[in-house]
Amino acid sequence: MSGPSRAPDGRENIRFTFDGKEYLARPGDTLAAALLANGVGLVARSFKYHRPRGIMAAGVEEPNALVTVGLGGRAEPNTRATDVFVHDGLIARSQNRWPSLSSDAGAVFGLAAKALPAGFYYKTFFGPAKLWLKYEALIRRAAGMGDAPTKADPDSFAQRSAFCDTLVVGSGPAGLQAALTAAEAGDSVILVEQDAALGGSLLVDPDPALGADWIAQTIARLRELGARILLRTTAAGYWDHNFVTLAERLAEPGAVPSHGFAQRLWHVRAGRVVLATGVIERPVPFTANDRPGVMLSRAVRAYVRRFGVVPGQRVVIATNNDDAYLTAQALREVGAEVVAILDARTQADVPAGFPVHFDARPVAAVGTLHHLTGVTALVGGRTVAFKADLLAVSGGFTPVVHLHSQAGGKLDWNEAAQAFVPGAIAQVCTSVGEVIAPLPAPAVVPAGSPKKSFVDFQNDVSLADIDLAWQEGYRSVEHMKRYTTLGMATDQGKLGNLVALQRVAQEQGVTVPQAGLTTFRPPYTPVTMGLLGGPGARNAGAHVRRIALHDRHDALGPTWQPAGYWFRPRAYPQPGETLGAAALREARAVRGAAGLCDVSTLGKFEVSGPDAAALLEIACATRVANLKPGRGRYTVMLREDGLLMDDGTVWRLGDNRYLLTSSTGGADRMAQHLSYIRQVLRPQMRVSVVNVQEHYAGLALAGPRSSGIIAALTGASAPAHMGVVAAVIAGVPVWVLAASYSGERAFEIHGEATAMGPVWDALLAAVKAAGGSTYGLDAMDLLRIEKGHVVIGAEADGRRGPYDLGLHKMLNPAGGFVGAAGLTRPALTAAGRHRLVGVEAIDGAPIAEGAMLVAREGAKVEGHVTAAGRHVLGEGGIALALLADGPDRLGAEFLATSPTRGMHTRVRVVSPHFYDPAGERYRD
Amino acid sequence: MYQIDCPHCGPRAQSEFTFDRPVEAIVPPDAAAADALQALYTRTNPMGVDDEVWRHTYGCRAWLVLTRDRVSHAIDAVRALGPEALS
Repeated sequence: MSGPSRAPDGRENIRFTFDGKEYLARPGDTLAAALLANGVGLVARSFKYHRPRGIMAAGVEEPNALVTVGLGGRAEPNTRATDVFVHDGLIARSQNRWPSLSSDAGAVFGLAAKALPAGFYYKTFFGPAKLWLKYEALIRRAAGMGDAPTKADPDSFAQRSAFCDTLVVGSGPAGLQAALTAAEAGDSVILVEQDAALGGSLLVDPDPALGADWIAQTIARLRELGARILLRTTAAGYWDHNFVTLAERLAEPGAVPSHGFAQRLWHVRAGRVVLATGVIERPVPFTANDRPGVMLSRAVRAYVRRFGVVPGQRVVIATNNDDAYLTAQALREVGAEVVAILDARTQADVPAGFPVHFDARPVAAVGTLHHLTGVTALVGGRTVAFKADLLAVSGGFTPVVHLHSQAGGKLDWNEAAQAFVPGAIAQVCTSVGEVIAPLPAPAVVPAGSPKKSFVDFQNDVSLADIDLAWQEGYRSVEHMKRYTTLGMATDQGKLGNLVALQRVAQEQGVTVPQAGLTTFRPPYTPVTMGLLGGPGARNAGAHVRRIALHDRHDALGPTWQPAGYWFRPRAYPQPGETLGAAALREARAVRGAAGLCDVSTLGKFEVSGPDAAALLEIACATRVANLKPGRGRYTVMLREDGLLMDDGTVWRLGDNRYLLTSSTGGADRMAQHLSYIRQVLRPQMRVSVVNVQEHYAGLALAGPRSSGIIAALTGASAPAHMGVVAAVIAGVPVWVLAASYSGERAFEIHGEATAMGPVWDALLAAVKAAGGSTYGLDAMDLLRIEKGHVVIGAEADGRRGPYDLGLHKMLNPAGGFVGAAGLTRPALTAAGRHRLVGVEAIDGAPIAEGAMLVAREGAKVEGHVTAAGRHVLGEGGIALALLADGPDRLGAEFLATSPTRGMHTRVRVVSPHFYDPAGERYRD
Repeated sequence: MYQIDCPHCGPRAQSEFTFDRPVEAIVPPDAAAADALQALYTRTNPMGVDDEVWRHTYGCRAWLVLTRDRVSHAIDAVRALGPEALS
């Protein structure tokens, strides 16, 4: 018998399949352990060359054995077989192979490895483009990992926040001890362990000094002291101010969650963080060091001791340190033969009784597709061949400094261990255990062929690729990394990055720290996107704001339109009516009789106090102080750079009381802006600014019959245009503002949101009786375009000042408002600025919104259409546009062209005031 | 994610706060145009400690000044701004 195996002991009661074949596993097995127990050596194909790969590690650092587990939307590709605990019914599949793992057509890429060196893509980009197109199709099919599932993930993900005095990452002896010490000192403690069992290295190498029950006793004591212990939980990211994100697996990858959630994301703020993250064993570079049957020495020991698996019967061990001798011991305990220990050191004090060869390095591994058959080595300069079915390798130990480094900690170089260890750190964080004291392991010059000596197994990066990057002038390790893709796979080079850095250092004739180190970035291990999205992944993240009269509108069957956080009626189509026809009918009702529209979402601010006018004169770029009580005016608000932020109306409700309205979409920004002015710029003012956006619901009543309706419902004559009165409609106190957006005589009626139902009912009945209609956003847009009113976000697109939109004449000549200084910038009034005009279709055709204005096809773009509509009562397309020096070019003709919509319309530049330019319709 | 010690609310997560501007870029509305533009467009942007205007937008909504190290991200002090801070 050769290859991995395990003698059954009757506990093999878990069924799982790999590539369709059914196998049995024991409780507590990882998928990797279970596959090895069943003699499976070949588990995957490599990313680039499709080389056969087996299981190399026993932990999350596994680079080779990536599989897809689960089905349908629950499928999780690129899952490390070493990081899945087998559950009954687990379905696992290999990846990146066709038609099967054993006969993979893509393996031809391995033969063509010469043609795919580091930087292949970059070099190909410099070749003829045609060639690249040919390669691309081929490469995209061949190079890859698991397929992303095409169905939605049926699982739910939870999120939770927590805080503690001490967060301990890792439950090896050092982590457990640190947690215990902290808990006994009275700290609240969270202990996280990515494995399914606590104990870390103790699970493989029991410490006789601690005793067999130490783990169980420690856990019991921790629980007694109230510590929170999280298994299958990875500290994925370490951020500022001791904020650590944890990814907790509540169900194994691919499994159906039994408690509702698949995973939970923890946001933990810790007073102190203890990192007991241990080390990762390094591979040894030699020819075909990636074959199935080449395994990390500690992984071999883990499979033997923890899972009862014997990964091979005839074992060669290649090492540069003492630790591998423990593996030899473990193998001997289970009856495997240690054929040879190749110790790269010239001498060392090692346990007796093993066939040890000093000054010995592996040169090549040979084998079949599935298993190893032999090892050749350089022993004291001579080539020696060994028959073996397992090669256990140990190239030293790389401390898991990822979290320490993410936290901003410096790294120190430990020359004896050839490793970076945690150094100074500003956050309240300490590292304990093996991570700060890796075993000595000297650098060794590799003996095999660089082309087949892999350092990044997952991305198929070999020593030859590192050499090539150096030859081609990539001096910085960051450049070398990007050129070769070293460490850029899902394992982020946990295994072999340091081996590559040693190579770079050797080439440059410098030390490893001089050669440099690439950056450690979160997450430590891959995190499912659904976990980060959490509940928000199912639309729970974006809240919906409903207007106060939502149900009354809904009864009328409108088409709802998202507007900021809100939903507003876009139009109220009658049966069989298109949206466009409905909007035109509604707009015509406004022009001809009366219309009723909900404007509750407008930003609204009540400003009161002795300094109310003074504050408003800072926020608004128009005069406010000279408004008489009962009067209002249109106003604009500028950003500090002099460009338009928002527009609205300001009303003087009483001597020291004003109402400021602003656009729906900008309401939150305006609230912040007013708060800034009030609290930061003018804290000494005696004024109060209250955001009453949702306190008041607002209804717009527009049309020639509107003032009659107001008079009838309030029992008093309607206020004159831009006047405001307090009134009562249907028993509800309201403010009636005579403002017009549509160009008709119009009013806004604002009252307490929860009380406005009867007001709506009364107004709707009156409007219907007058032959009018409700109207929505589309009709409102048709009306305002025809009137030439600008909209924040359309014409005022963040690049326009008052001058551009013809608003400069209304600015407060005294200055002193936000943006006054910005307005002095010469560029804001320079020639060539795109300014507001109207355009009218010469042949009456529709105009495309967003169309470019050009003299003729192919000519330079001189402007664009910001909002397109039509004459409401008449016919023909009209639009508002921004055109270079627009107002100086009235009468000029352009092509309004929209290649994306396939609409090309000849237009003439006109005044933006298409309708009632003298404003006579505002008056009764 | 920072932890910011709001003088009104106590220590809270950064996600409740919004950065606004460095203190040096506060421009009084009655400032001379040249001074205002200087403050708006020519900022010193020091590498290291600076005073910054933040707002506890999703908390008490008050404005704050953080003395923050832009390299280490340490926050040395947080003080209230606005009417509460007037003596």
